Amino acid sequence: MEIIYLLIPISLILLGVIVWILLWAVRDGQYDDLEGPAHRILMDEDRIVEPQKKKPAGSAG
Amino acid sequence: MKPAIAKRGNHQDFNETGAVSAAIGIGNCFHCGLPVPVELGLSVSIDGVNRPMCCHGCQAVAEAIVASGNTNFYRVRTEVSSTAQGLVPEFQRATEVYDVPEIQGQFVHSLGADMREASLILEGITCAACIWLNEQYIAGLPGVTDVRVNYATQRALVRWDEKQIKLSEILQSIQKIGYRALPYNPDQQQESHRQQRRLQLRRLAVAGLFGMQVMMISISLYAGAWSGMEASFQQFFRWLSLGLTLPVILYSATPFFMSAGRDLARRQVGMDVPVSLAIGIAFASSAWATINGQGEIYFDSVVMFVFFLSASRYFENMARQRCAASIEQLAQSLPVVTTRLAPDGGAEESVAAATLAIGDRVLVRPGETVPADGEIISGFSALDESLLNGESIPVDKSVGDRLLGGSINVTNPLQMEVKSVGADTVIAEIQRTIERAQAEKLPLARLADRVAARFISLVLLIVVSVAIFWWLHDAERWFEIALAVLIVSCPCALSLATPTAISASLGKLQSAGLLVKRGSALENLNRITHVVFDKTGTLTRGRPRLERVICSPEYDRGQCLQIAAALEQHSEHPLARVLVQEAGVLEKRKLTRIASTAGGGICASIDDVDYFIGNGSYIASHSNAEIPTQWLEEIATDAVTTVVLARADRVIAMFTFVDDLREDAKTLITHLQTLGKSVILMTGDGDAAARRLADLTGISDYRVQMSPRAKMEAVQALQRESSVVLMIGDGVNDAPVLASADVSIAMGGASSLAKTSADIVLTANHLPAIAQSMIVAARTQRIIYQNMGWALMYNFGAIPVAAIGLIAPWLAAIGMSISSLLVVLNALRLTR
Repeated sequence: MEIIYLLIPISLILLGVIVWILLWAVRDGQYDDLEGPAHRILMDEDRIVEPQKKKPAGSAG
Repeated sequence: MKPAIAKRGNHQDFNETGAVSAAIGIGNCFHCGLPVPVELGLSVSIDGVNRPMCCHGCQAVAEAIVASGNTNFYRVRTEVSSTAQGLVPEFQRATEVYDVPEIQGQFVHSLGADMREASLILEGITCAACIWLNEQYIAGLPGVTDVRVNYATQRALVRWDEKQIKLSEILQSIQKIGYRALPYNPDQQQESHRQQRRLQLRRLAVAGLFGMQVMMISISLYAGAWSGMEASFQQFFRWLSLGLTLPVILYSATPFFMSAGRDLARRQVGMDVPVSLAIGIAFASSAWATINGQGEIYFDSVVMFVFFLSASRYFENMARQRCAASIEQLAQSLPVVTTRLAPDGGAEESVAAATLAIGDRVLVRPGETVPADGEIISGFSALDESLLNGESIPVDKSVGDRLLGGSINVTNPLQMEVKSVGADTVIAEIQRTIERAQAEKLPLARLADRVAARFISLVLLIVVSVAIFWWLHDAERWFEIALAVLIVSCPCALSLATPTAISASLGKLQSAGLLVKRGSALENLNRITHVVFDKTGTLTRGRPRLERVICSPEYDRGQCLQIAAALEQHSEHPLARVLVQEAGVLEKRKLTRIASTAGGGICASIDDVDYFIGNGSYIASHSNAEIPTQWLEEIATDAVTTVVLARADRVIAMFTFVDDLREDAKTLITHLQTLGKSVILMTGDGDAAARRLADLTGISDYRVQMSPRAKMEAVQALQRESSVVLMIGDGVNDAPVLASADVSIAMGGASSLAKTSADIVLTANHLPAIAQSMIVAARTQRIIYQNMGWALMYNFGAIPVAAIGLIAPWLAAIGMSISSLLVVLNALRLTR
């Protein structure tokens, strides 16, 4: 059971990394709009005609 | 070729029309869903199919959407679009001022040499597809490098290359696809709101992540206590829990400690005092037990408590900030640019309104908004103050009269002297009043605070006496028992009872399309006995259609419309707008001696002939004209709204309007009646029109020809009979009536002041949501009472048992956690 003296510190390091990532994400504004990405990901897929400015990228479909 | 197949599958979906677009009937506008006038014959070819359009505005918008290759919008949208207003030349001119560098300073950030960035408020968003369309369209403009629309706030962040495109061109392009965009300056308050939101979220995240670890360790400790565990491991785990709880206490729980400190400094006992006491004592005793190597630890209770309480406060705060966003729109009603005159009265100079000082002389041209409060020093004009006092008819003012910032100059140029600016103006005062009303705490929450304050004083007294009693009788057990009493009596459940239920129900209502701005509305909604509708725009589509023009023999239809439109051109009344629209291009006419009567009509002279336009009673009281009886007979059968145009001695024309009923109006009224509410219709319109509407919807009590004042008095009369009145309104002259009702709901399309003075704004175009809100309000109240009842019962039931020494501290901690959990879960039932 002495292995927990190794495993728990490892899990604590992981926890530290997770907390750091989350705090960075909040500071970066990734939580400012929780609804948008849910819609955006669906609708981007639906684009058949690209805006005129850009080249029609996914025209093969 | 898996991706290709998947793509093809999607492709077939595209070829369908889309649920919302397909639901629009043949005779209705494909863009906005309104009926298409028969003779119009406008259409736009969308994906090879000719789709009917109801007006030139919608046609232009649909064409712009097709031309930009974004026809997908019509397939994916989940709400019909708002009716396009058509391009207003004034708006185009107004946008050009945003290219002036001094003005840009307020709104635009420079990112390097030519890159610029600005935040835009978007108006006219009805569903997620609108946001998609805006993103696609703006991103497609040459020179725009990045665009991101926030779905929750409907704000767009745009970056562009100043060399390729100007801000005014971006704004005008957005106007072309049927939305309105204005740059806004996120002021310090909003910035601090954002910072506060992020800080709260970070605290919540820390409490959650560390809390999970503490919980996990606690489970092994509980299991170890059950099945046996080596003492060294046990001690290791306890130290681990202490270490993991520390960040939660030091970082996440600081707001509670700080607020409790403030309360104590003011010699008050607020909710945060017992909360911090419970957190502090539970943590201190657990830390003591860990260091000493004996006694119970309660780290799991501490972290869980902090997490739940932080979460409920975070959601409550989010709901409040969303409402604050609607106030910003009001701030936008002051003009950003104004014309300042040099003190000697000569040179004109364009300056930002924010830079005006008291004593400055300002030129206000017709159609412009008055930039600050002040006094007229030369000229006379009519001013539209509808935004400030709900009066839809412009008021005449001349030298020496007071001008209010935010009102619109209608007829003639004016010179004014600025008397007060910024925070001292009337419009700023209105904004503050609204903010105050929103910040005000819910009565139920106040009750919970009061109950908890008394309760905690009582509990502290009990803890002290229990400790003294046991110290005298069994000195060994006094700490253990006093601690158990304190933990058992922790009003965690009590303090979670109300906020969790309220944030759950606000979220529920928001997804149903209701933005609750004042928390007290939730409580009052539950007690509503009478529901009062303001006809225009609430039960009907809010877009009257000119049905017939009956003219006297010496005038033809075109002439009548021309005169009517000339008189009504500056009125914001919906019927006036229709008349102006129908008249088409206005002949230039000089209007003099304009006088208007609220809720009645307008009188003015054209070429020295007095003309009157208004409802029947206005014409009867202001001129000697009589409406020919055969006209009345002609329309009597139709039951419609009429506007009469007359000269001093005879009636020239009569215009009849119909406004079609919303499909869901009947559903709502039937629903309200089955809930046992009395439904009343109050309208400024004539008897016939109201009767037709009442018959169609099944309303038996309807009151006609009511002025805004009469409506307000009628509402107050109902309140004197101890009725609780819900007023549902729309349109400019509703604001005072809305304010007098116990609860008020403004429709999404209502004017800004009506929206800001209402307790609730209906954001979805879906009337039955109102009946649903009452059901949700009733459930919320029930759940709050259940929660408080349960919390008090648990606390009062457990204290005596703990006081006689029958509950060990660890058992008390489990009891505390479970009672809090029950309260949270009970509140979450509201979201279903």
